Amino acid sequence: MSDMQPDEKITKQGSGEVSVQPLPRSIPVVPGTTDDGTLIEDPSVRAPLVLGKRTFREVTDIVCGYAEAPIPKIWLTAFTICSMIAALGTGMILYLIITGVGVWGLNNQVDWAWDITNFVFWIGIGHAGTLISAILCLLKQNWRTAVNRSAEAMTIFAVVCAGIFPGIHVGRVWFAWFLAPVPNSNAIWPNFRSPLLWDVFAVSTYATVSLLFWYMGMIPDLATLRDRAAARLHKGVSREFKMPMPIGDGLPLGFMPRPDSIRLFIYGVASLGWRFSSRHWHRYEKAYLMLAGISTPLVLSVHSIVSFDFATSVIPGWHTTIFPPYFVAGAVFGGFAMVLFLLIPLRVILPNFSDLLTLRHLENMAKILLLTGTMVGFAYSMEFFIAWYGANQYEFAVFANNRVNPAEAPYWWAYWTMITCNVIFPQLFWFRKMRQNPLVIWIVALAVTIGMWFERFVIIVTSIHRAFLPGEWHMFFPTWVDILTFVGSCGIFMTLFLLFLKFLPVFALAEVKVVMPQSHTDDHH
Amino acid sequence: MKMINDFMTAAADYFPMLIGKGSPKFVTSSGKPVYGIVAEFDETPKVFKAAQHVRDAGYTKWDVHSPFPIHDMEEAMGMKSTKLPLMAGGAAIAGVATAAALQWGTSFVLYPTVVQGKPFEAWQPFVPIMFELGILFTAFMCIFGMLALNGLPRWHHPLFTHDRFMRVGNDKFFIVIEATDPDFDPSKVKKVLEDAGGTHISLIEDID
Repeated sequence: MSDMQPDEKITKQGSGEVSVQPLPRSIPVVPGTTDDGTLIEDPSVRAPLVLGKRTFREVTDIVCGYAEAPIPKIWLTAFTICSMIAALGTGMILYLIITGVGVWGLNNQVDWAWDITNFVFWIGIGHAGTLISAILCLLKQNWRTAVNRSAEAMTIFAVVCAGIFPGIHVGRVWFAWFLAPVPNSNAIWPNFRSPLLWDVFAVSTYATVSLLFWYMGMIPDLATLRDRAAARLHKGVSREFKMPMPIGDGLPLGFMPRPDSIRLFIYGVASLGWRFSSRHWHRYEKAYLMLAGISTPLVLSVHSIVSFDFATSVIPGWHTTIFPPYFVAGAVFGGFAMVLFLLIPLRVILPNFSDLLTLRHLENMAKILLLTGTMVGFAYSMEFFIAWYGANQYEFAVFANNRVNPAEAPYWWAYWTMITCNVIFPQLFWFRKMRQNPLVIWIVALAVTIGMWFERFVIIVTSIHRAFLPGEWHMFFPTWVDILTFVGSCGIFMTLFLLFLKFLPVFALAEVKVVMPQSHTDDHH
Repeated sequence: MKMINDFMTAAADYFPMLIGKGSPKFVTSSGKPVYGIVAEFDETPKVFKAAQHVRDAGYTKWDVHSPFPIHDMEEAMGMKSTKLPLMAGGAAIAGVATAAALQWGTSFVLYPTVVQGKPFEAWQPFVPIMFELGILFTAFMCIFGMLALNGLPRWHHPLFTHDRFMRVGNDKFFIVIEATDPDFDPSKVKKVLEDAGGTHISLIEDID
């Protein structure tokens, strides 16, 4: 054994120096055009999923660079604003709990309004992440690797926002434990035959599984961040801790440990000691595939069960068998719109982001918007058709007199906003020029996000604001608390998303490497 | 017997105060036990061929470390398929059974109630929660079962003492042949890894 010594500590060429971004591409984009070379229509040519003939090392540097760079001023500004809005929303919730649900605009007739609208809106947005991770994984759509991590993060944060509203809308929130499957003081258990209880199980299962799925996907990438931090500390190229300041340089704080020491600890604990073993990868991939397999029916079940909250009631406008597929299509539609709405600006703001999220990715997602938007449009027309064909006068009145007809329906503008945003706007994507233009896609995504909020508002409020007897008719007007609670939930969502962008791997690093040509096991790449 | 041995070896890593490891077959000049010998590779095709080479040399206690899962590596390493799907299936059944017991138990046994005139014998309203809990238990088994079979979390490992190994999450590939392999012989292992095209071949000491 004496002829072999353990590796001496002289091989100091580990990876991990924070690279200067943007990393130049070795092959530039087609000059003078907006085309990045991924929009090839020739089926014999495989469009690249990562631009610029990147090496593994460059891809690692790009993705880890976002989490390792000093905090940018623009991030700090955005974070300050968003967290203040989140604090405002939290304040509104506190005000509601202290004062009672009377601070909202609810009344005896319209007892569900913005609260449940916001709940369904957010839970719907939370469907795209799992759809991209699970269904596109089963369909072997490799392009999903560019968006799955951020879409999954978005899913978690949207479910967090969604979870707030059912909790606080019950009025006396200290009785929210009635939702849990435990007996109350009279030994009566919750009613398991109620869709509201199914909803509790569906949403909490969905939140748990999405969180675990997201975390499991991140374990190898957190290990990469851990190793890079360790390598920098080892080589002595680690930065000092500097408190980020709004103006000028950061304030050096000598008593704080180096950022890389903090990273090494946090990423080290979170990555569970992952060491990239192939025997581990084998089980990991099996687990991932099975999770994709069970998440697919799960994601379809969650919004179906949310729709049962309405569909199993006997209120005209809610009592509809088309609701489950209609809600699921709408959720996918709204979720993809939110993904595009958030990621398109990042292509401009974050360096090298557009190398990994190419125009082809955007075009594919625009096609999904077109498909699901058209499905939603079909559902709108079909429920109207059945309301007429079913010959139930109350059902028909909900559509004609509460929603569509401006002369009769006070909420006609909400209905037509929904139709314009959800059905008409996505039809632009029939034209190739439109679905290849990031600005157009972003505007449509914004319109769809607005439209999907109005869809839930239309379904909930216009159905119940006029019941069977005119004496029961009542309008709903939001109060300032209603409005600021919703704005606050957007702030909570954005705050969490900004934290994700700065501190976690924004792309699924290991999965992106799998779809690069260098990952093939034969020599011809 | 082999399973018990494997289990005891793994348990010894976690509870060194309870389970002794037995005396090591090889020690370095400093007296520390040998964990294994590691070789580095630059490209996917090279490490893939090298894995086939090591497999054909007849080693069993060895591993390939790569920044991403390499397609068909299971076959190249001669790995057996994992039992995880079977465990997940068991978890699914347990989840459905738990939901069934919870719902029938509370609605029929503990406090029978008729709500909204729905009959006792209707099983249909119980399906959604049975489905959801089935999914939930399966997901738990997939993730925690995967981690358990992998012996994770384990924050302390001999390979982490190897400086070059810090690049495994970036762009380098490694093959490790462990000293617990029955055919382990340092000079032979070194030769095999050299023949396979490995560079920077070095010995890794075990940790205390």
